[in-house]
This record gives sequence, C-alpha cells and structure tokens, in this order.
Amino acid sequence: MIRESAPSTTLQAIRPLVRIENVRKSFGKHEVLKDITLNVNPGEVTCLLGPSGSGKSTLLRCINHLESIDGGRIYVDDDLIGYRQQGEKIYEMHPKEIARQRRNIGMVFQKFNLFPHKTAIENITEAPTGVKGLAKGNASKRAMELLDRVGLADWASHYPAQLSGGQQQRVAIARALAMDPKLMLFDEPTSALDPELVGDVLDVMRSLASQGMTMIVVTHEIGFARGAGDQVVFMDGGVVVEQGDPAQVISAPRHERTKAFIESVLK
Amino acid sequence: MTSPISTGTAPTVSLAAEVKAIPLRRPWRWISAAVLLAVVALFVESLLTNKNIEYPAIGRYLFDTHILAGVWLTLVLTVLSMVVSTLLAILIAAMRLSTNPVLSTLSWLYVWLFRGTPLLVQIVLWGYLGLLYSRLSVGIPLTDVVFWSVDTNSLITAFVAGFLALTLNEAAYSSEIVRAGMLSVDEGQREAAYSLGMSPLYTFSRILLPQAMRVIIPPMGNELISMLKNTSLLSVIAVLELYTQASLISSQNLKQVELLAVVSIWYLFMTSVLSVPQYYLERRFGRGASRTLPPTPLQRLRAMLADRTRPTETLQVKP
Ligand SMILES: Nc1ncnc2c1ncn2[C@@H]1O[C@H](COP(=O)(O)OP(=O)(O)O)[C@@H](O)[C@H]1O
Ligand SMILES: [Mg+2]
Repeated sequence: MIRESAPSTTLQAIRPLVRIENVRKSFGKHEVLKDITLNVNPGEVTCLLGPSGSGKSTLLRCINHLESIDGGRIYVDDDLIGYRQQGEKIYEMHPKEIARQRRNIGMVFQKFNLFPHKTAIENITEAPTGVKGLAKGNASKRAMELLDRVGLADWASHYPAQLSGGQQQRVAIARALAMDPKLMLFDEPTSALDPELVGDVLDVMRSLASQGMTMIVVTHEIGFARGAGDQVVFMDGGVVVEQGDPAQVISAPRHERTKAFIESVLK
Repeated sequence: MTSPISTGTAPTVSLAAEVKAIPLRRPWRWISAAVLLAVVALFVESLLTNKNIEYPAIGRYLFDTHILAGVWLTLVLTVLSMVVSTLLAILIAAMRLSTNPVLSTLSWLYVWLFRGTPLLVQIVLWGYLGLLYSRLSVGIPLTDVVFWSVDTNSLITAFVAGFLALTLNEAAYSSEIVRAGMLSVDEGQREAAYSLGMSPLYTFSRILLPQAMRVIIPPMGNELISMLKNTSLLSVIAVLELYTQASLISSQNLKQVELLAVVSIWYLFMTSVLSVPQYYLERRFGRGASRTLPPTPLQRLRAMLADRTRPTETLQVKP
C-alpha cells in the first residue's frame, strides 16, 4: 500500500502522533497492561492483534482516558493525556480538560453505541453543535457529507433501531469523524456484525486510511491488517509480544505465541 | 436506496387472507362476568335506596364555589410540587451517581431522612415551623450582621408549608426513580458521549437522562397521582384544598357522606385527566426505542373500535 508518510530511513525522523511510554494499568490486583511502549506515526494504520483478555481494549481506552493509567505516559500530538505534568509532579486533569483532549480522538466501539433516541444525522451533529458550538446548519451539511461518504445518505432520518448493524457502525464512524479528530481508535469494529456486513465497514475504514487518517485498530480481520496496516502489534497477557511490518508479523511471526494466534484466527 | 426496514409508516398486515377459526369457547368468562355484575348491581341498589344519602345534595355541592376553589388549589399544589420535586429529584439522583463522595453522601442522607419519616409528620412540622424558629433571617453567622429578617409565619404560610412538605418528600421518592432510570441506560452510552468530548454534565443531560426518561415516566405517572391525593393530607395544617373545603362545609351541615362523594368524584376526575399526559410523554421519549411508538389514547380508542369488527384480538396501531 502506497503512503505519503516520509520514509523512516531519513535522518530527521518524523514525530510520532501517538507515543505510549511504559504504560501500566491494573484492575485491582490484576495487572492488565505491563509496561507497554508503542509509537504510531501520523497517517499510519496500526493494527492491534491478540487473544481475548490480552488488554487490547484497555490500551485503546487508556489512549482517550476512558481508563486512567497507573504508570507511564501517553501523548497524542505531544499532549499528555489525562494528566498535567509540572516538573516532576503529575496532576489529575479536570474533566473539562479531558473532554477537550478527547475531541481530537475519535473512537468506534464494538457495539456501535449510537444514541438510540437520536436519528442518524442527529447522532452525528450532536457533538459538533453541543460541544464545539458549530451552527446547526453547518453541522447538518457536514453530517450529510459524512453520511454520503459512508454510503448512507438516504438513511439520515432513521433511528439506530431501524438500521442494520453494518449501517449503525458506519454511522458511528461518521459520528466520530464529525469532530475532525487527529486520531481514530477502533475497538473490534466488525466483531458484532453478520459476516456479510463486515465488508462495507472495512471498505469505509480502508478509504479513511488511504486519505491519511491515523488509526489504531483492534481487529481479528487478518486480511485488513495485512492490506491496510502499516504496522501490526501482537499483544498477549498485557505485553507487546511482537510488532512490525504486517507481512512479516502475519506471514513469518518470530514468536511462538504470535504464530499460534495467527494460525488459530486464520483457521 | 430504498428502505427495506419499516421507517415509521409500518404496513398493517392485510387481514384479507386471515384464518377463519371458530373462537375457543370460554364459559367461565361469562359465568364470572355474570356473578360480578350481580354483586355490583346489589351494591349500587343498596346505595341508591339508602335513605341516609341525600342525592340532590351531591349535585348541589359538586360545583359549589368553595369546592371549586378547593379543586383549583389542589391542582395548583399538585402541579407545582410535582414540577419542582422532579427537578430536585434529577439533581439528587445526579448527586447520588456522581463520583464526588460529599455530594453522593449528602444525597443519600436526604433520601434517608425524607423517605424515612411519615409525610404527615413532615407536613405538620413545616406547618409549625414558626414554633421552632420564630424569625427567619439572612446574615453572617456568629455575628450580629443581618441583611434580611422575617417573621416565620408570614413567610411560611399554610400554602408554602404544604408546598414545601409535598415537594421535599416527593423529591426523595422521585430521585430513586430517576436513579433507577439512569442505571438502566447502557454504560456504552456514557463512553460514546465521553469519547466525543462531551463533559459529564452535558452527557448527563443530553444523552443519559433522555434515555432514562423512558423508564422514569411510567412510575412518575404513579407519583403524580399519589401527589394529587396526598394534597388532602394538607387539611391538617388548614390549607384550603379540596378535602379541607369539603370538611369545612360538612362540619356545618353534617352531610359528611354527600361531601365525601363530591370529593371522590373530583379526585377521580382529576386523576383521569392527569393520566393523559403520560401517554404523550411516553411517546416523546420512546422515540427510537423501538420501531413503532406506543399509541396515544385516541389511537388506542380508534384501534379498539376498529378491532371490534375484526376476528383477531391483535391491537394494531399506526404510529
Ligand atoms: N473495568 C474492568 N474491571 C476489571 N477488570 C477489567 C475491566 N476491564 C477489563 N478488565 C480485565 O482486563 C483484562 C483485559 O481486558 P481487555 O482489555 O478488554 O482485553 P481484550 O480487549 O484484549 O480482550 C481482562 O482480563 C478483563 O477481564
Ligand atoms: Mg476487547
């Protein structure tokens, strides 16, 4: 896949958009993320693979601070997420500040989480008008463009309950895009879909990637990871086991655990 | 693209090709209905032939000016207390659900106190507030500086005391209804709202509360009706609502039964009227919850009438 991002061989290295440094996270005694370090370059697609319970969702949720972290740092566009650092001291951030940071980070959930009491277009315009203060007319115009982009221009006034899973997920992607995020997080966006609906959602994600959106995608769709991914990260038991070029990690994994997992998914 | 899914104008199933089944015989329905009718008839007969009830008096007092004034005050108190207590209930529920331990403890204490003591006791306490504090004033505590001071009994009139008692008590109950409604909303909704950069307050008011309303409204309909009837308790502090007005009249003319009948007729009428808005609110907040909305009373009536001519028992309603 051809990308415009600068080749990584140049001396002046491009600055990663997302920097995850030694992140640790526990739920009670259970350490779910153990010293995770990971960079994501602007315009690149990172696919997170790993068995259930390996901490993929938790890592994603830490990136937009839906979960607090117990150690390490996460930066998005050089903005420390969830905390304010002054010298050596780290301060909790005010919810309003966290909300402001989240505007730059779109998230798409496995179960769509559309607002059921709002139509497709209202789902999309709610945050731009209510949070960013965009005028209603402009927000609606933009929402229609986004709906058109995900192939749902005719479904603007439908409620989520009247849409198929694949359509709901595409509305959810449009809803996240409406905030003009710098980064998009996808948590198993196709896992809740009937097999014949998966393709439409992946197509939307591919086109988004080709337009240069920075994306972190938790997925079991090996084909998508191989085709659209710029890097693949394999997690297991809260650690990054292996990461690198999609072709290499998927076709010639170095670690036994990666190999076993890829085989089990492809079977 | 055309919609294969119902979009609001759900097609009603054609009944032309229906199965013409002979209905199942249900003899016990008829027998029980006959027995019930006989019992009701006997009871009505005993009332109608009762020499102790003066029926013309009921008709005379139904639209008596004092009774009408009482009806009006009852309605005013009910609506006012219900509106204010609902707003208060939302605040208390939000406090209870907040991560702030001070707010959630305060809210828990409030509910514990106002739900744990009888409404009648609270009404009397508010009515006799003047005995507890003879003057109410605003100033700086522990100094002599007073900005504003008033005689308690002139500020807390019987009406104000009654309003406060009903509102504060109701808020405790309603806040638990609101809280249950909030808990019924999927956790993913909050996460989706947060991930779009919405603040906790915005998320609460624009995303979670409107969805909770679907669960909140039916029990709130109940609360409204008990509120209406609870206003009669205010007779103990001489608020001139319907029941007080009726007792004042009957203490003069000793027609207790007739005036109780007048009062009951009015309460029945008001509860019937007050149950109507519920249907419309349920529709308003039921949007998107299912593919079709619950019917309004009018639609229900029409469907029932139409149904009588049909062989099946299904109630079909166009949204
Ligand atoms: N809110 C939570 N409270 C307690 N444990 C949690 C919570 N969220 C996730 N976990 C646990 O953390 C581990 C990793 O979960 P998750 O990140 O969802 O894994 P994955 O997405 O890779 O399947 C699991 O063992 C899960 O049970
Ligand atoms: Mg997960």
